[in-house]
Amino acid sequence: MTARSARRIRGTAAATLATALALTAAACSNPGGAGSGGAAARDGVVVGIAQEPETLSPLLGYGKDGNSKLFDGLLATDGATGLKPALATALPRVGPDGLTYTYTLRPGVTFSDGTPLTAKDVVFTYRTILDPRTNNPSRTELDALKDVRASGDRTVIFTLKYPYAPFAQRTVLGIAPEHIAGKQDVNTGPFTTRPVGSGPYVLAGWSKGEKITFKANPRYWGGEPEVKKLTMAIVKDDDVRATRLRAGDLDGAILPPDLAKGFAHDPSRRTVEAATHDYRAVTLPTHNKVAGDTAVRRALDLAVDRQAMVDKILGGAGKPAHGPVPTDSTWFAKGTERRHDLDAARKILDGAGWKPGADGIRVKDGVRAEFPLWYPSGDKLRQDHALAYASDAKKAGIAVKVQAGTWEVIEPRMEHDAVLAGGGSPADPDFDQYPLLKSTLAGDGFNNMAWYTDPAVDRALEDGRRTADPAKRKASYDTVQRRLAQNPAYTFLTYVDHVYVLNDDWNGPSTLTEPHDHGLGFGPWWNVEDWTPKK
Amino acid sequence: MTRRLPWGAMARMTGRRALFAAPVLLLVTFGVFAVAAASPFDPVKAYTGAAGLTASQENLDQLRANLGADQPFTTRWWHWLTSAVTGDLGDSTVMRRPVADVIAERIGWSSLLAVTAFALAILLGTALGVLAARRRGGLFDRCATAAAYTLEAAPAFWLGLLAIWLFALKLGVLPPGGLTDTGGDTVTAGQVARHLVLPAAVLGVSQLPWFFLYVRQGVADALDEDHVRGARARGLRERTVLGRHALRSGMLPMLTLVGSRVPELITGALLVETVFSWPGIAAATVQAAVSVDFPLLAALTVLATAAVLLGNLLSDLLYGLADPRVGFDG
Repeated sequence: MTARSARRIRGTAAATLATALALTAAACSNPGGAGSGGAAARDGVVVGIAQEPETLSPLLGYGKDGNSKLFDGLLATDGATGLKPALATALPRVGPDGLTYTYTLRPGVTFSDGTPLTAKDVVFTYRTILDPRTNNPSRTELDALKDVRASGDRTVIFTLKYPYAPFAQRTVLGIAPEHIAGKQDVNTGPFTTRPVGSGPYVLAGWSKGEKITFKANPRYWGGEPEVKKLTMAIVKDDDVRATRLRAGDLDGAILPPDLAKGFAHDPSRRTVEAATHDYRAVTLPTHNKVAGDTAVRRALDLAVDRQAMVDKILGGAGKPAHGPVPTDSTWFAKGTERRHDLDAARKILDGAGWKPGADGIRVKDGVRAEFPLWYPSGDKLRQDHALAYASDAKKAGIAVKVQAGTWEVIEPRMEHDAVLAGGGSPADPDFDQYPLLKSTLAGDGFNNMAWYTDPAVDRALEDGRRTADPAKRKASYDTVQRRLAQNPAYTFLTYVDHVYVLNDDWNGPSTLTEPHDHGLGFGPWWNVEDWTPKK
Repeated sequence: MTRRLPWGAMARMTGRRALFAAPVLLLVTFGVFAVAAASPFDPVKAYTGAAGLTASQENLDQLRANLGADQPFTTRWWHWLTSAVTGDLGDSTVMRRPVADVIAERIGWSSLLAVTAFALAILLGTALGVLAARRRGGLFDRCATAAAYTLEAAPAFWLGLLAIWLFALKLGVLPPGGLTDTGGDTVTAGQVARHLVLPAAVLGVSQLPWFFLYVRQGVADALDEDHVRGARARGLRERTVLGRHALRSGMLPMLTLVGSRVPELITGALLVETVFSWPGIAAATVQAAVSVDFPLLAALTVLATAAVLLGNLLSDLLYGLADPRVGFDG
């Protein structure tokens, strides 16, 4: 321990002890006090979130989907899948071969410390993320990027290894200041928890495990936000979060649907259900003798009652999932919906030689139609999905044995056992489908957990990412979804809406189509910098 | 009643304990590294969080090498130990910051909570214990004892939720969690004091039954002893009898209890800090453990072990002082 920090420890301890002894009594005698603070202040918003980010540094992956309040990307998310210029003056100019992307920077943008943001900061940010010594777990997302260089102060040119149509979507990640972040250890330096950016808010404080506070950035190029103070209280427990919302300590919070129901009739609050690409699906590993059989996979696709899962498990806050694209997306391939049809499922199994045994479970060539299904322990939502899936499968004569375990237990078994998986990103179909289905990624970390191999799908996935023509891309992803209907690698079950409750004090809250990840930057406060007070 | 304290004997005992503490701490840290390495948790998975679920194997392998998670735990332990003796506690992977900073930022808040709660438990426990012992079998004694047994069985976690429900939700008189008002971004003494009341009270009350029951028993036994009965018979005032005679010998068992409650206090603080979002060291311990964050976990374990050893030393010193027949070991 350094002398400096030792002194700080003693200092903090002494100071806190002194205040404790002096003030506990005073506090006890004045319990009325100011009540629960914060919520009453008209220029601030306090929201409760369940998950705390590990870091606020964009170099380590924070805000990579453009959902940071502290940083701006070259581009920004605009509603569900659109992009709009942010630090760049316009969408990028793409070279004719699809291999170069050129951005021109907005003039006059400064970091919150007053230093101008230039092309050199953009180059620094991307090169640092690509550096293997940087502990950024999302580096794979920039796999297509070969190099990035500056041309003058305001032009940045990206060169790709292969044509990658959704690349512009990746340039929403926040730009870090080289003059600060470049002078310290990128993995553990102060910048990881006390960052300086160019976004609409600056960090006012971060008490880990308790809250993160932001205040409006008066230098923001988009104008200073009217919500002057934004506080993210970290409350992991759902019940405690609901309690603190009710007590007036929070202005808004993410809640499970059943707890959100308790606020339904409160006129001062509104409940917001954000549609998502957050799916729950069962992986059907190709290496499993039962789950790898195409007849079994197709039968399961028909045997599950998706609508019942939406109604009973999600309390209506969600929709049935027929594939990796929700039915209301422009990328959805019409005609790939699967109706719940138990008789058809039974017919497929009969036809493929899976005959019911004495106990009702089917058997073929001495193999019993059973396989294990794992879910991460503690995840109630996945547990409910897994149990419902097993019960539906049983009606068709397939025994699914539901088991709970941590990811450490589950991961080595994924090659042969089924898992209740979740995921989804609305930004581009490539982001989900390529890692989910590409045969060369089978068993690569958590990519292609089903070990799915289908040459037609592989080809369509490559075509989809290499062409920029929207019609051709649509055709490619239609092919993927149709193939998946004939040989399902996964049984997609539901898309889970994220439910938020918030005070009705502001104009402006809206929702994005949200990805699987949620927390800090999503929810009705994703655009908090644009809110205006209700008169 | 002034009496010269046996400084020499006390110093010798403290010295012996300190010598003994070094190998204990060494063993404990080695044990922490061994157990953490054997645990099913994967540091890389903990580091990446949700991002790890979409990362490529190459990315994950690189991270494993960067974090040093591919080395055997003995190597990591030795590396940690040799750095630690030079004053470098390493970097916490889960907090993305140097371990010294993490501890410096949090230990004050944990100490504040624990000391307040402990003081509350001891003072209130002693006072109630003496009251109950004076009229054993009386109405107050029966109620207090029943309540103490009930509390003994009640988990601090549950007490915390109950307190939030009652004081924050139903009565709305105290804040339900955090160190300061959720909407504020400055730490003022007044806010901290108000936010401290519930967690400290819950933690204190969860510790109170042990002190109460010990004091009640000790004082009651002492009141039955010959010299106390003699003192009473001589017509000494009740206060003198209680204060001089009964309380002094009745407090003896409680002094050892003070030290032995330290581990319980630490685990209790862990749950209370979690319920009340108190930004103390206990919450960091849980995170360090499930994330296999070796440097942070080792430093925190050393701290906790040191606290327990100190607690034991303190109670033995007090016991030795209170009852000279016991003396200071050795």
